[in-house]
Amino acid sequence: MAMFELTGVRKSFERTEVLKGVDLDIADGEFISLVGPSGCGKSTLLRIIAGLEDQTDGSVRIGGDVVDGIRPADRNLAMVFQSYALYPHLTVFNNIAVPLRMRRLSALQRLPLVRWLVPGTRSAECGIHADVEKVAELLGMRDLLHRKPAQLSGGQRQRVAVGRAIVREPRGFLLDEPLSNLDAKLRVHMRTEIAQLHRRLAATFIYVTHDQAEAMTMSDRIAVMMDGNIIQIGSPDDVYDDPQDLRVAEFIGSPKINILEGATVGEDRALVLAGHRIPISVSEQAGRSISVGIRPEAMRLASSEGALVSGRLAHKENLGAEVLLHVDVDGQSAPVIVRLDHGGARSIRIGEMIDLTFAMEDLRLFDKAGRRVGAKAAQKELAYG
Amino acid sequence: MADVAIATTLSQETAEPARRGRPRLLAKLRRPLAALTLLLPAMTLMTLLLIGPVVAVLAMSLTDYQLGAPSWSFVGFDNYLELYGDRVFWTSLLNTLVYVAIVVPASMALGLGIALLIESGTSLRAFYRSIFFIPVMATLIAMAISWEYMLHPQFGLINLTLKSLGLPAQAWLTNPELALPTIAAIGVWQLFGFNMVLFLAGLVSIPPHLYEAAVMDGARSAWSRFWLVTWPMLGPVTMFVAIISAIRSFQVFDTVHVLTKGGPSKATEVLLYSMYSEGFEFFRSGHAAAIAVVFLAFVLLLTILKVRVIEKKVHYA
Ligand SMILES: Nc1ncnc2c1ncn2[C@@H]1O[C@H](COP(=O)(O)OP(=O)(O)O)[C@@H](O)[C@H]1O
Ligand SMILES: [Mg+2]
Repeated sequence: MAMFELTGVRKSFERTEVLKGVDLDIADGEFISLVGPSGCGKSTLLRIIAGLEDQTDGSVRIGGDVVDGIRPADRNLAMVFQSYALYPHLTVFNNIAVPLRMRRLSALQRLPLVRWLVPGTRSAECGIHADVEKVAELLGMRDLLHRKPAQLSGGQRQRVAVGRAIVREPRGFLLDEPLSNLDAKLRVHMRTEIAQLHRRLAATFIYVTHDQAEAMTMSDRIAVMMDGNIIQIGSPDDVYDDPQDLRVAEFIGSPKINILEGATVGEDRALVLAGHRIPISVSEQAGRSISVGIRPEAMRLASSEGALVSGRLAHKENLGAEVLLHVDVDGQSAPVIVRLDHGGARSIRIGEMIDLTFAMEDLRLFDKAGRRVGAKAAQKELAYG
Repeated sequence: MADVAIATTLSQETAEPARRGRPRLLAKLRRPLAALTLLLPAMTLMTLLLIGPVVAVLAMSLTDYQLGAPSWSFVGFDNYLELYGDRVFWTSLLNTLVYVAIVVPASMALGLGIALLIESGTSLRAFYRSIFFIPVMATLIAMAISWEYMLHPQFGLINLTLKSLGLPAQAWLTNPELALPTIAAIGVWQLFGFNMVLFLAGLVSIPPHLYEAAVMDGARSAWSRFWLVTWPMLGPVTMFVAIISAIRSFQVFDTVHVLTKGGPSKATEVLLYSMYSEGFEFFRSGHAAAIAVVFLAFVLLLTILKVRVIEKKVHYA
């Protein structure tokens, strides 16, 4: 049974429709990322799951129960905000203790001074103390417990926000771009930490990000959102290797996938690309224009007779372990990016003509509307490779 | 304007010889000179209107000067000693403190309560903001006169209302036990709108994410969210409002002057009213000046507190 089930969730703010009917099932213990460009409605969807925002239509189930209209505090979820939303007047210890105090103590037991007169306060506080210490230990911030948020670095604040979320055992964790306020190096480090935390807690994580690399590196599954719709859900490999939509292909992967303008011709609906006839049969009527996606690492250098695409080297980006070639190809608006291993292009100079080839199974074809189109190798032709 | 003109010519005159003699020194002095020149008008005004009178009052409090008298002599601390032994002065000081002790918490609680209501409502916010702010802008003398009509023992709106509800009418301003609380109630009415506006500004600056975090952390009731987020986040504003309210209510005078003249039997005698009657009814200017100095000492104390609080802007660092 799915832990979270969203069916036909819509949301409008005044006249603009931000979510246009989202269906999503999330399994218990899964790490799922909602990824998409900013403004596509990821945070809104997360806030609807949290109960901070009411959907205009559709329903949300958590653990089999419909939670529509149930207050956030009663949904038993924990959230990490992009801004961390730490209580600035409380120490790290007290920040982390808040969720426990809210749940384990009565209103009377939370009043200053008076609280100690109520029976049970002392033992409850002892339990809270132990739990907070445990979390601080787990996140390696025992030394910080008596500081205020203003005295912490960005990374430490982020850790406190995570600590406040994991200190109790909620039914799921909602994280809204928790790393986007950190510097690049720390972000990469925290990716690993959060993924390890997920494995350790074995809890459901719903992780919102606009950074496809974060989604790819941490998730069990990725839901790619565009304009208020989830347009593809799958494992990181699925989404990378088998994009069902041109927008997914372009969003996932860095450097971006190469998109070349091609067309189908003839009775056998072969593909014509940069003046070459590629011997595959496209399941799309002849005469249609086709966007051909080829990942930079699928491009290879070729001898001039085996070339499928040729162009002039405009720029070379040396990344150490690999090198990216920017090749201007006639008739294509953007340069073709080729990713080669370290030293793979040492002899080539800027301005030289180079010839490129690729395997046919590495082509991803999309029609004019951006939908994926099938293709199979034409008969009696040898596969390129 | 005249100040500026004089100031510039002065500085030019002093600068001229230096230019010929030691150009380096001039270059060094140019910035401080310019700063002084620019400060001069403000400093002149401050000296004339603020520091001068304060020094004059301080000096006068050490004399037996009487308004209109041709001569006066230095009497040292006699005026203060006299105050120390004067029952009326102590009554007046105590009344002022009681007035402050009623008006400050009441006007703050009312201001905060109404600010919270306005902030949580969705419609007519600007309307409520304006009507609650009207008492702040109205001239208190004029308002005191309308209060006088409302509080009239026989025909006043308040007693008529009480009677129609079957409750006993009260002699609001002539009953010694009720007079000071009544004056204080008018003070609250006059002040809470101002506090409300300050609290509204404070409430708007609380990041909404904190309330969402509180809700996610299990703060179900508005009550618990108030104590977890609103109250602590308003801390600096609250301090500021408390001090400003204290300073303002220390200055109570208009209502007393219009409604009770300090009576009945000194029940509403307050510091500024004592000073006024000493100085302008009995013409004992030296004595009035001593009261003014006591008053200034209190206001100065509160002002120092305020400066301290405002300098500690990084309240939660
Ligand atoms: N409270 C709101 N009122 C009006 N529009 C909103 C509100 N919240 C979000 N939006 C709009 O909804 C769209 C999606 O927002 P959001 O879910 O925050 O996007 P994302 O998190 O994917 O960047 C944006 O165009 C944003 O302007
Ligand atoms: Mg967002």
